[in-house]
Amino acid sequence: MSEVARRPFAETVPTPAVECRELSHRFGSVQALDGVEFVVGSGEVFGLLGPNGAGKTTTIRVLVTLLRPDRGTVRVFGLDVVHNAMAVRRAIGYVPQQLSADQSLSGYENVWLFARLFDVPRAQLRSRVQEALALMGLEEAAHRPVATYSGGMVRRLELAQALVNRPRLLVLDEPTIGLDPVARAGVWQRVQELRARTGMTVLLTTHYMDEADRLCDRLALMHRGRVVALDTPARLKQSLGRTATLDDVFRHYTGSQLEESGSFRDVRSTRRTARRLG
Amino acid sequence: MSAAHAELRAASAEVRPHWWRLLPSRVWTFWVVELYRIRHDRTELYTRAIQPALWLVIFGETFNRLRVIPTGGLPYLDYMAPGIIAQSGLFIAIFYGIQIIWERDAGVLAKLLATPTPRVALVSGKAFAAGLRAAIQSVIVFALSALLGVSMNWNPLHLAAAVLVVMVGSAFFSTLSMTIAGVVLSRERLMGIGQALTMPLFFASNALYPVHVMPGWLQALSVVNPLSYEVEALRGILVGTPANLLLDGLVLAAALVAGVTASSTLLGRLAR
Ligand SMILES: Nc1ncnc2c1ncn2[C@@H]1O[C@H](COP(=O)(O)OP(=O)(O)OP(=O)(O)O)[C@@H](O)[C@H]1O
Ligand SMILES: [Mg+2]
Repeated sequence: MSEVARRPFAETVPTPAVECRELSHRFGSVQALDGVEFVVGSGEVFGLLGPNGAGKTTTIRVLVTLLRPDRGTVRVFGLDVVHNAMAVRRAIGYVPQQLSADQSLSGYENVWLFARLFDVPRAQLRSRVQEALALMGLEEAAHRPVATYSGGMVRRLELAQALVNRPRLLVLDEPTIGLDPVARAGVWQRVQELRARTGMTVLLTTHYMDEADRLCDRLALMHRGRVVALDTPARLKQSLGRTATLDDVFRHYTGSQLEESGSFRDVRSTRRTARRLG
Repeated sequence: MSAAHAELRAASAEVRPHWWRLLPSRVWTFWVVELYRIRHDRTELYTRAIQPALWLVIFGETFNRLRVIPTGGLPYLDYMAPGIIAQSGLFIAIFYGIQIIWERDAGVLAKLLATPTPRVALVSGKAFAAGLRAAIQSVIVFALSALLGVSMNWNPLHLAAAVLVVMVGSAFFSTLSMTIAGVVLSRERLMGIGQALTMPLFFASNALYPVHVMPGWLQALSVVNPLSYEVEALRGILVGTPANLLLDGLVLAAALVAGVTASSTLLGRLAR
């Protein structure tokens, strides 16, 4: 194929943001991931759902290069997360499940740290930090210690930290866990504005079916380390009948495994988050 | 594709410094962050000055009168001050691993490791941040010593060299702490081990008395104790006792390299 013929093709079918193939990982005796497969298109808002212990966080940790998988491949914009870890990191903004801003610093300093760690050029440093804080509505609080922030503000600060690098892919592990309804709406509003402005790809996990339904273009439902259903929210519901809700879909595919599959570790980390919020 | 998206693409494709430029860049970053932390909470600097002050005032003044320790003609307080400066850095650094365990528990470490920061650069950044804190602390101990009438060499060049020695020595002890953190993985155990370590490190060194008055087995410990080299260098720089500064510097630098290597290798255990 000639160069001319190839180019339009490459532009109409862009590299997927995430391509996850036969991903498996085991922690001791726990098979956390057991052949996870999904593809996230560039510009999509993609949701990972599933009960506690389904493997959502483990999948994300592989994706953001924190965990080397036993088997399978994950590519981010065509880059292998194991062999091209540094380049993958430069493309991703990551907000982990726990609330994890540094309490001994101000909001501005927290974002500054990440701007530096992503090698934002010195001349742009100040403006980029301010831009990220402004995007998350934190200009006013920027110079206050994070210890005085509410849970919703800490979450938005973490988003600002993830955005200061202007990532192509934003990875959010339960961005609204433990937040009150107003704070949740605040976080979502910001993510949606951002997406409307930039067309950024977003991969997120959530336990809130209403959020998943309204905000995600497509959903993958995980259960026991596998993707058991994958489609748009509308089609997932349709497949179970006209009046079905996403809750029904969730229950249909995961049964009533909610209690037995979550481990103490999950409960502990959730409690910790709750305590930090409270 | 929108213009904004194109701009984003351009942004994530921008500057990709070589790995050898990442190291100094990350060290500088963690230095500045440490300065921010100190600015937010200065009380820690003052409370940590109490212990060295007590050593100098009570132990130092007493032994100054007793004159039982062969210092080669120096007033005991002058002999001891460099040892106390090294000790105050040691006490800061040996518990520095607690911070990394806290960061692990809070999810901060995961976020740091997901940035384009090689582990060696992350650990070095943390180590020199600990070194910076110790160096600033040492300035307070210098001031205390001046108040107590210790006659040190107040030449700014000598003081700068001493601060550098404190920084490198303390950076090493913080990597020792982070290495232990990577082994024990819990704050409580690290506290316990840190406390159990500080005493032998301190007493099996030349911080309070010359090596030749120690029993043989303690002398052997002192030879492999980096604190001894730190103290020897400080004493040479500040009060002019004989010191092999080249050897001291080499030992401290080698210890730091070994410490950074060990703790960045074990960092994976914390991140798991
Ligand atoms: N570091 C670890 N060591 C041992 N087991 C782990 C570790 N991390 C996760 N697991 C186990 O792997 C399985 C998947 O966990 P994971 O955290 O990916 O689930 P999750 O879908 O994110 O759950 P949640 O909704 O509770 O966050 C669980 O059984 C969990 O206990
Ligand atoms: Mg999870």
